[in-house]
Amino acid sequence: MPKRIDFTRSLVLGLGGLIAFLGLWYGLSASGIVPPLFLPTPFEVLDRFIDLLDRRFAGATLPAHLAASFERFAYGFLLAAIVGIPLGLLMGWFRILDEIVSPIFDGLRFIAPIAWVPFAALWFGTGIGGPILIIFAGAFPPCVINAYRGAKFVDPRLIEAANMLGTPNRRVITEILLPASVPSIISGLRVSAGLGWQSLVGAELIVASTGVGYMMVQGQANLSTTTVMSGMIAIGLVGLALDTALRFAERLIERRRGMET
Amino acid sequence: MGVIRFDNVGRVFGSKAKPFVALKDINLEVSNKEFVAIVGPSGCGKTTCLRLVAGFDFPSSGRVLVDETEIRRPRPERAVVFQQFALFPWKTVYANIELGLRNQNVARAEREDRIRQILELMNLEPYRDHFPHQLSGGMQQRVAIARAYVLDPEVLLMDEPFGALDAQTRVVMQEELVRLARRNPRTVLFITHAVEEAVYLADRVAIMTRAPGRIKEVLDVRSIREAEKWDSYEKIEDVMDLESFVHLRTHIWRSLREEKAAAAA
Ligand SMILES: Nc1ncnc2c1ncn2[C@@H]1O[C@H](COP(=O)(O)OP(=O)(O)OP(=O)(O)O)[C@@H](O)[C@H]1O
Ligand SMILES: [Mg+2]
Repeated sequence: MPKRIDFTRSLVLGLGGLIAFLGLWYGLSASGIVPPLFLPTPFEVLDRFIDLLDRRFAGATLPAHLAASFERFAYGFLLAAIVGIPLGLLMGWFRILDEIVSPIFDGLRFIAPIAWVPFAALWFGTGIGGPILIIFAGAFPPCVINAYRGAKFVDPRLIEAANMLGTPNRRVITEILLPASVPSIISGLRVSAGLGWQSLVGAELIVASTGVGYMMVQGQANLSTTTVMSGMIAIGLVGLALDTALRFAERLIERRRGMET
Repeated sequence: MGVIRFDNVGRVFGSKAKPFVALKDINLEVSNKEFVAIVGPSGCGKTTCLRLVAGFDFPSSGRVLVDETEIRRPRPERAVVFQQFALFPWKTVYANIELGLRNQNVARAEREDRIRQILELMNLEPYRDHFPHQLSGGMQQRVAIARAYVLDPEVLLMDEPFGALDAQTRVVMQEELVRLARRNPRTVLFITHAVEEAVYLADRVAIMTRAPGRIKEVLDVRSIREAEKWDSYEKIEDVMDLESFVHLRTHIWRSLREEKAAAAA
């Protein structure tokens, strides 16, 4: 019962905030305080957004641009997860690997993904490799860090129990460390998806000939601010959908384990 | 085989500047298939003793031997029942018990067989596909015991295994343990706070002093049990009423009381 009230409450407050935000935006642009070219009204943007759903701009419709972006994102993100999670778990288990990799990793992870753009362009031109590298750069560190933390903070009694049962290393990693780290790994994936998706658009602004980022650059070149804002909205919506899906997976796993809060 | 020997064992925790002596001059031998209980005030080093035998921890001085070999690491031949169960939350009851057998490369059919037997023995069959969090504390405890027992270990190390149980469940578990121990005797090192439990279950009871932990006294319960025919009684409460039982229990109580008084002084 209280849960339901909480939900309604946050829905009402959230909607209220959104309406206030749109109102302010509308006020600013419709009143002419900000020139319409700099800031179109929400309705103009919505119009353009719907228009772009089936009209080509910069070579493709908005859904087609999104699909191109998402494909790149999926490659970069999956690559980051496939490499990052095992690396993190292994670092959490084998101290020597931790000692070798951590310093390099800690240095590299502070480099913003966008800083890889020159190399992405140099190595891959406008091929798919460039954006994937940049997304990977954004998505990789949270995967490693969270898998590592998950493995490091497993209840030591469970490790002792596994050792006492004669469990070989390989099996300790797959059957103890991995499942114990799942909650941490999934929250890592959420951060990772967010950063990857952000870096993707940054990358497309520079090294691509399709994708939402590219569409936005072209919109800017044509002084079509409504197109740019439609792109922003599309990015926001897809990001939100990604996060919701991962959060849902998180809940599902927690519930299965009876760790529901 | 399964002979445990503490040979002048000491264990010091803390830093060089601020050492804390947890165990001092521990000498104790547990012979093959003997059931030894350790009782002592809280913090006296009982768990530390058990961890040394398990191979989770190592002595600062002296040696801990199993069959005259120094212990280097945990082994399935020395199975541990942890006080807080330490079941794997993401594995079912069946999978928890199965892990140790898989590690020993026991064939699937035989695993099924052995697990079915142990589940039956521990009255756990209806719960084989449950996850630990779906079970009561008593059932989780039985799973933890089953997980250790199924390996048929030479040595069984139990750290207050019934500590988390209510009085009734505890009695049932004690009777079950006696049943198990009769059917398949093992070397057992058993830690407990409950004096009755120690006297009821053990062949010998070792009483420890408060920190630095030493062994103050070792009582031979077995000769009394045999002389007074405790085993002819079905129920634990019948044994507990016997004069010989009460006498032993009171003796241990007094001994522990002295420790408490010494701690207060
Ligand atoms: N890893 C450790 N580092 C530092 N001190 C420790 C460590 N393990 C145990 N001790 C200390 O050693 C002493 C003995 O601990 P131990 O857990 O063996 O006691 P115990 O007899 O099992 O107590 P209880 O009956 O409360 O379980 C305690 O004072 C404890 O604080
Ligand atoms: Mg203890």
